[in-house]
Amino acid sequence: MTNVSMTVNGKAVSRDVSDTTLLSDFLRENLRLTGTHVGCDTSQCGACVVHVDGKAIKSCTALAVSLDGSDVMTVEGVGSARELHPMQAAFKKHHGLQCGFCTPGMIMAGIDMVERYQAEGRALTADAIRHELEGNICRCTGYHNIVKAIEEAAGTMSGMKQAAE
Amino acid sequence: MSDGIGARVERKEDKRFITGKGKYTDDIRMDNQAYAAFVRCPVAHAKINGIDSSAAMAMDGVIAVHTGPEMKADEIGDIITGWSITSKDGSPMQCGVWNPMVTTYGRYVGDAVAVVVAETQDIARAAAEAVELDYEELPAVARTDAALDDGAPQVHENVPGNLIFNWEIGDEAKTEAAMAGAHHITELDITNNRLSPNPMEPRSAVATYDEAEDHYTLYTTSQNPHVARLVLSAFYNVAPEHKLRVIAPDVGGGFGSKIYIYPEELTCLWASMKTGRSVKWTSDRSEAFMTDAHGRDHVTKAKMGFDADGNIVAFHVDTIANIGAYVSLFATATPTYLYGTLWSGCYAMPAIYGTVRAVHTNTVPVDAYRGAGRPEATYMIERMMETASREMGIAPAELRRRNFVKEFPYQTEVILQYDSGDYFKMLEEGEKAADVAGFAARKAESASRGKLRGLGYSTFVEACGIAPSAAVGSLGAAVGLWESCEVRVNPVGTVEVLTGSHSHGQGHETTFAQLVSDRFGIPIDNVQIVHGDTDKVQMGMGTYGSRSGPVGMSAVVKALDKVEEKAKKIAAHTLEASEDDIVIENGEVKVAGTDKKMAWHEVGLAAYIAHNLPEGMEPGLKETAFYDPLNFSFPSGALICEVEVDPDTGFTDIVSFTAVDDFGTIINPMIVEGQVHGGVVQGIGQAMLEQVVYDETGQLITGSYMDYCMPRADDVPSFTLDHTCTPSPLNPLGVKGCGEAGAIGAPPAVINAITDAIGTNDLQMPATPLAVWTALQATKTAMAAE
Repeated sequence: MTNVSMTVNGKAVSRDVSDTTLLSDFLRENLRLTGTHVGCDTSQCGACVVHVDGKAIKSCTALAVSLDGSDVMTVEGVGSARELHPMQAAFKKHHGLQCGFCTPGMIMAGIDMVERYQAEGRALTADAIRHELEGNICRCTGYHNIVKAIEEAAGTMSGMKQAAE
Repeated sequence: MSDGIGARVERKEDKRFITGKGKYTDDIRMDNQAYAAFVRCPVAHAKINGIDSSAAMAMDGVIAVHTGPEMKADEIGDIITGWSITSKDGSPMQCGVWNPMVTTYGRYVGDAVAVVVAETQDIARAAAEAVELDYEELPAVARTDAALDDGAPQVHENVPGNLIFNWEIGDEAKTEAAMAGAHHITELDITNNRLSPNPMEPRSAVATYDEAEDHYTLYTTSQNPHVARLVLSAFYNVAPEHKLRVIAPDVGGGFGSKIYIYPEELTCLWASMKTGRSVKWTSDRSEAFMTDAHGRDHVTKAKMGFDADGNIVAFHVDTIANIGAYVSLFATATPTYLYGTLWSGCYAMPAIYGTVRAVHTNTVPVDAYRGAGRPEATYMIERMMETASREMGIAPAELRRRNFVKEFPYQTEVILQYDSGDYFKMLEEGEKAADVAGFAARKAESASRGKLRGLGYSTFVEACGIAPSAAVGSLGAAVGLWESCEVRVNPVGTVEVLTGSHSHGQGHETTFAQLVSDRFGIPIDNVQIVHGDTDKVQMGMGTYGSRSGPVGMSAVVKALDKVEEKAKKIAAHTLEASEDDIVIENGEVKVAGTDKKMAWHEVGLAAYIAHNLPEGMEPGLKETAFYDPLNFSFPSGALICEVEVDPDTGFTDIVSFTAVDDFGTIINPMIVEGQVHGGVVQGIGQAMLEQVVYDETGQLITGSYMDYCMPRADDVPSFTLDHTCTPSPLNPLGVKGCGEAGAIGAPPAVINAITDAIGTNDLQMPATPLAVWTALQATKTAMAAE
């Protein structure tokens, strides 16, 4: 067992875990943050995507002990039922989810791609969104409404960023 | 009312899913919980001579290792099938026994041999690896078209030649005679590729045995928790129904694969009793590929005869359907009564005959997957129509129009009677939406860039809303396929709807609430839909076969009728008016033509306070209904796919995809469109990407997302959708069901488009770049030779 300390969704956490504990298991089993899902065992489906130090990663492919001192954001941390993140609101508005299982990963990947494209000053087109979603599989929606949701959220987030500046 | 029927309202259930607060089975943790892992048969066919669990039992944290013979000794039942099929010679079907865990023979890679229960999942999995199997490998057969070969390895001793049944439908003599007189005959060999359903949430179970109460609780990933409880009680001998609670909480997709009651969930229940611990098992994706029921897997020879004007005169089908190592719950209905009964398609066919031979192989069981039999029928018919149109020089849309059913109800030659439809209108709207008129110019433009452009049609009808109980009973079903609903009006006027349908992505919490809102004029936020728990909902048959609309919602309507009738009686009594003059609008219960009225919640309150009810009326406002459908419902659609093929690489780009569907009445267009998007992409996946592969020895080659190609966002286009509407006359809402249409209709549209682009009829699914490029080379060689 190794002690690992992180900031998760803005709160400091510390747990003793085995060296083989994946970040996804650490979140789900040790912290009981079950919004992060595991849909495969080969790092393809993307249901487990979270942000570590501001970057989207697949939490099923990272060891918790290697992330000591990291700042982790999960779907539970980006917004709440009372105050949805624009990406969450766009998924609801555009019916970008059905069973909801892949949705946390889609939302975290969506926020990440919008922030990256904005930081680089590039336009996030529908084609670019489809390409960026290479690592996130959805079996229900056929992606049509997920693409629409991310497109709209990109606009909303851009407006918020400009307003903040 | 803005929340009523036809309103595009956002989903009530979404908030918990988008904030990570959904509650799926693997999210549940019980006190005293242990974890199960399975030891599985490593080869496709083996005699298990011994199981040595001593090394596993010696590991820290291992609680127990249990095997099939122990289960048998405890009189746990074998896995059942729910539908008996009779062969054409009148003999009953023959199928092998499916022990939940192997007693002697393992018959597919992944067949459960033993279960390890341990303190953690990691320990359970490591201990499962440490269990040593002494086994003798036996010859295996995996390929559908090899199972009936002389000398093929026998999967079960009691099923000679691996033939489960040889079923027929239609009139053989009439069809042969009509075929003999045909002006033109189109023939095709068609493979319907084997698929893995792949809901994103893997199967999972958490079972708890309460010794003091002698009671079991099972949380599980099920599309039909009541059916699961019935089967676990009546056939698997776990516990009588009142001692077994089954809860299917949030379920992350199903597509058929979560209908069945698998060995793993049953074993968790049994192991919880054996160990005195809550036992959790969650499949990983590799296990899902190995053990979730697969779909499709047909090999077919089809012949269609036409007269000189292009009218179909006869259709003949010969199919071999792979059932896998054991006969799963709906496995025998899928390639028979959900397949052969659809062979008439949208067309008036005067003579149809065919046979289906169902075979055992050393592969995981094959059962209903989104569409279940209807995609196989539609793919075959629509490939035949397109091929015939090319051979006869009649445009594809024109050939279809000449053969469309024109009047309803229409009695087919293969049992079903279509209730309603307008196939001309849906095709006309489809051609407009797809701008078929502009195709020639787009094709020329593609050609100028060295690309090949093609257009493919699929016009289809399917049978949804399974199904009238007496009718399916007469065809061999073991259960009736009605649905139930209980509507509870609370004293404050809010409403709870308890339904036997189960939502695992379909949005029932919203659409079912819309029915209540429409009826009583109250907001959907005042309505709660309760489902998925056998302690809350008395009984139900669950969600599959696009039945939640035509059957589940019809039960809701029936219960609402009863509530409305009682509410009107109470209001008439209170307002001193005639019951016939009472109307319910916008949350108010009024006497028509007067200003006398009560708020909806005042009626609820009056029912429960019961100070002033009509004489003899019981207090309360709660009604139950069971709805048994009168017939299947018959959604139809026109799908048009346009592709551009790169002849140098065989890469196919779907440049546009248009779907015009007739689902009858639509409750929530947003949700219906979502169902079409998802269904079409599963159909595109089948047509271009997906294929389960077993090698010659029966080893599963496609065991992960590294090997099995799921459709990604950049594999598919955005869609153009529209609807026509001929309401079903046979259910109260006129709904037809929309869950499977996309998966049923899309594959032939895609393959017809690609074969149009590359100029061949000889192309099987999945049309990967290699397959398309290879077909193109064959076409070029043939053209050069001419």
